[in-house]
Amino acid sequence: MTQLFTCWTAEVGAADAARAGGKAAALGELARAGLPVPRGFVITTAAFVSHMDGVDPDGAARGALGALAADDLAGIARAAAGLRGRVAAQALPPEVAAEIAPACAALGDGPVAVRSSATLEDSAEASFAGLQDTYLVVRGTDAVLDRVRACWASLYNDESIAYRRRQGTGEDGLAMGVVVQPMLDPRSAGVMFTRSPVTGDRSVVAIEGTWGLGSALVGGEVTPDSFTVSKVTGEITGRRVGVKLRVHSFTPNGQGISATPMAVPLRRTPCLTDDEVRALARLGRQVEDHYGAPQDIEWALLGDDPRRFALLQSRPETVWAARDSGPIASPQAKASDHVLARFSRGL
Amino acid sequence: MDPNASGPRFPLPSEIADAPGAEGWRSMYPYFTRFQPDDDKRFWFYNSMHFPEPMPAFDTITAEVPYSAIGANTARVFVFPTTLGIEHRIVNGRVYITANPVTDPDEIGRRAAVFGERAGYYYENWDTLYQGWKMRIKGLIDEITSITVPELPEFDDPAVVTESRGVAQNHYVRENFHRCIDLFSVMWHHHTEFLMLGYGAYVVFFQFCKQAFPEISDQAVARMVAGIDVIMYRPDDELRGLARLAVEAGVDDLFIEGCSPPAVLAALADRGEGGRRWLEAFERARDPWFNVSTGDGFYHHHRSWADDLTVPFAALPRYVAQVRDGLLADRPTESLRAERDRIASSYRDLLGSDEEKAAFDQMLGLCRVVFPYVEDHKFYCEHWFTSQFFSRIREFGALLARSGVLAEAEDVFQLHHTEVDQALSDVMLAWAAGAPPLGAAHFRPIVAERKRMLEALRGWSPPPALGPVPEALNDPAVHMLWGVTQQTIEAWLRPAEGEVRGVGASSGVVEGPARVLTDVNQIGEVRDGEILVCPVTAPSWAPVFGKIKAAVSDIGGSMSHAAIVAREYGMPAVVGTGDATKRISTGQRVRVDGDRGIVQVIA
Repeated sequence: MTQLFTCWTAEVGAADAARAGGKAAALGELARAGLPVPRGFVITTAAFVSHMDGVDPDGAARGALGALAADDLAGIARAAAGLRGRVAAQALPPEVAAEIAPACAALGDGPVAVRSSATLEDSAEASFAGLQDTYLVVRGTDAVLDRVRACWASLYNDESIAYRRRQGTGEDGLAMGVVVQPMLDPRSAGVMFTRSPVTGDRSVVAIEGTWGLGSALVGGEVTPDSFTVSKVTGEITGRRVGVKLRVHSFTPNGQGISATPMAVPLRRTPCLTDDEVRALARLGRQVEDHYGAPQDIEWALLGDDPRRFALLQSRPETVWAARDSGPIASPQAKASDHVLARFSRGL
Repeated sequence: MDPNASGPRFPLPSEIADAPGAEGWRSMYPYFTRFQPDDDKRFWFYNSMHFPEPMPAFDTITAEVPYSAIGANTARVFVFPTTLGIEHRIVNGRVYITANPVTDPDEIGRRAAVFGERAGYYYENWDTLYQGWKMRIKGLIDEITSITVPELPEFDDPAVVTESRGVAQNHYVRENFHRCIDLFSVMWHHHTEFLMLGYGAYVVFFQFCKQAFPEISDQAVARMVAGIDVIMYRPDDELRGLARLAVEAGVDDLFIEGCSPPAVLAALADRGEGGRRWLEAFERARDPWFNVSTGDGFYHHHRSWADDLTVPFAALPRYVAQVRDGLLADRPTESLRAERDRIASSYRDLLGSDEEKAAFDQMLGLCRVVFPYVEDHKFYCEHWFTSQFFSRIREFGALLARSGVLAEAEDVFQLHHTEVDQALSDVMLAWAAGAPPLGAAHFRPIVAERKRMLEALRGWSPPPALGPVPEALNDPAVHMLWGVTQQTIEAWLRPAEGEVRGVGASSGVVEGPARVLTDVNQIGEVRDGEILVCPVTAPSWAPVFGKIKAAVSDIGGSMSHAAIVAREYGMPAVVGTGDATKRISTGQRVRVDGDRGIVQVIA
């Protein structure tokens, strides 16, 4: 469906971050690599540029933002509020709306999630995690069009602007894509690191999960289950069952997202079976192999079947990557020199 | 933090009271095995791995001689920079040990220079030296096997005269006995000649893996270096072959649960060609492959399969039934080899740099060079040689019994080897003098009292350790050989209710009824699907692994026999628990977590 302002997620790849935003590019890349990602479409940065041409034709408002000092929080707040209001209020260019409507129709009647996909977000260098908005349970094309503008406006959140000022990132050329996906109703969801977040061990996959939507875990409302899986042997080498007092769930015909107490028998029941843990770890390895570096992944399980995992996001692991220093051992003239050296120093 | 500041502690050696009914235990053991007042200042742990039972007096030779040999090799021959030898003490019949470290940096440096040259020579020439070692050990086995006990007939052999030998039979009583003791010592020197160097290569690779992959399990490291054609599997392989032949030759009906070995062998002799073929194959398998001890070669009563056919004949009916059902498979050596190589190359690929990969290749390569020794030496030394050694000593015991000094041949093992020397002198003198030996009045009461004391000592529960807890116990060799780490010590100090902790040696989690065995001769009691709980396993326990769901042992690290066999069978194992056989009872339902090294009693 590749058009100027929209395309299917699977039609973009890692090289398309400028056109689709980082999140969309990463999802598209996963889809291209044959990994399970939810279907959906991307509203490209060209749509954002076109919209902003109407909002701020000469770029003066954005230029003014770029001139503010990082610690001028009052100035940032004042300027940002004005710009956000205009981004949200301005009608979408008709040619953009004309592409989005049929794409929404193609996803079906159900509610969708509208997720921002900034050009700087999800890159290894600067993690903007959480600074831009995601809207869940959006129903109907008009609401989608509203939320798309709200996503764009979130690029001008006070914190986002302050962050850019601190990082010295210019406002010129800043753009945002948007991903629209059908709402998922996962049985379990969570995050996965393809390197131990605790020890930095590259030979394990660390999984955290909870019942229902992953937002309960990300928001810290539950103590998640955690599992450690060896990449080499596939063995589950670590297992801690959390106490999952609450569950976030999506009910297609109800009130959208609900946060309710978890049924008592399931609070201390692992949210993944061993088979599911191993299948998820295998997916993690595939993602890592595809990118050639450890990844930080969001996942959801869409039913009682290890084949029904979906990957919602993947970005390079940054914490341990930054700590890696020199090699822990180097080749010696003779293999036995390793032993001689070891036994020649105290324990 | 001072680990001894508060909370639970181990008793000091001086605080150990004599076991009731065995107050005279000191009379069984040499003075140099007794705890000294200064020993209270050091940390000792019970070497239940090698010595899970109270020591009969003769069997202390399996502590005295090995520690004499291993210390000589590490401290004096190869001059390990940071390690001297191992000291051992006996209290209430149990052997406690401590390793003597070198901590002064100057002394370490001085030793390191010597160590580099000497150890380097062995590593450089390992394959050649190991081939030579095998020849020498086989020579020692031939020698110990050929030693005879003089008959002491009324008139000596005429050849003494016609060949003008000039030396009468009674002389050879002592010479041949001394020869046994001397050969045992020579064997142990050779045993420990390669031991620390072999384990040293493994320790270095192990530590590298732990640093590169902090969460890697001990068993994953072990799997990368494990040999495939390991001698310890051979006795069991021979049994499988005999089971196949029984079916093929049409004599399989004789192998039924509970069959008596002599009855089966007698019946086979009447079964024509098929029976003859089976008996021939049996004799070929028996020598040398049945020279496998039912224990670890440290006690005289750990008889070999060759001495006591009960164990192999307890396994045969099951294998025969599997052959009939087409279920008896060979060890899948090709796929085991492929899996080992896959694991190693997967970890290698996960390393962060080419430099690390090159270092990994060197360390793993060296491990694979030394591992044939590490894995196979026990068969030659503790099993084959030692079975023969105890058989010879038993024959001297028979001489003492024939001369009336002892009531029966087995009683010889109630005497220290220096006391056996005395008893044999008595017999030599008596034959020469034409008078009865005087030993009966002296030794028989001693033997009776010691047997009684050993029974009393059996009821004493030895603390897993004695003395102050060390600030840090990070000796990888102690970890590898005995499974003793800081965590083990913690678990010894604070045993959790209904939970036994050890080393997770083979992964997986299963539940099932426990079967606690203290002796391999009980393996006939094991039922399908049970969880084996035992002090320690040896190659002769292999047949039982076909029945059980998981293995738990008091003793052993990730390279112990139980660990290796359990990984091979793909069943969970927890080893080095210290006291699982005491805290778990047969019939209790237990859950074995081979990943975390925990055994829970659940009902």
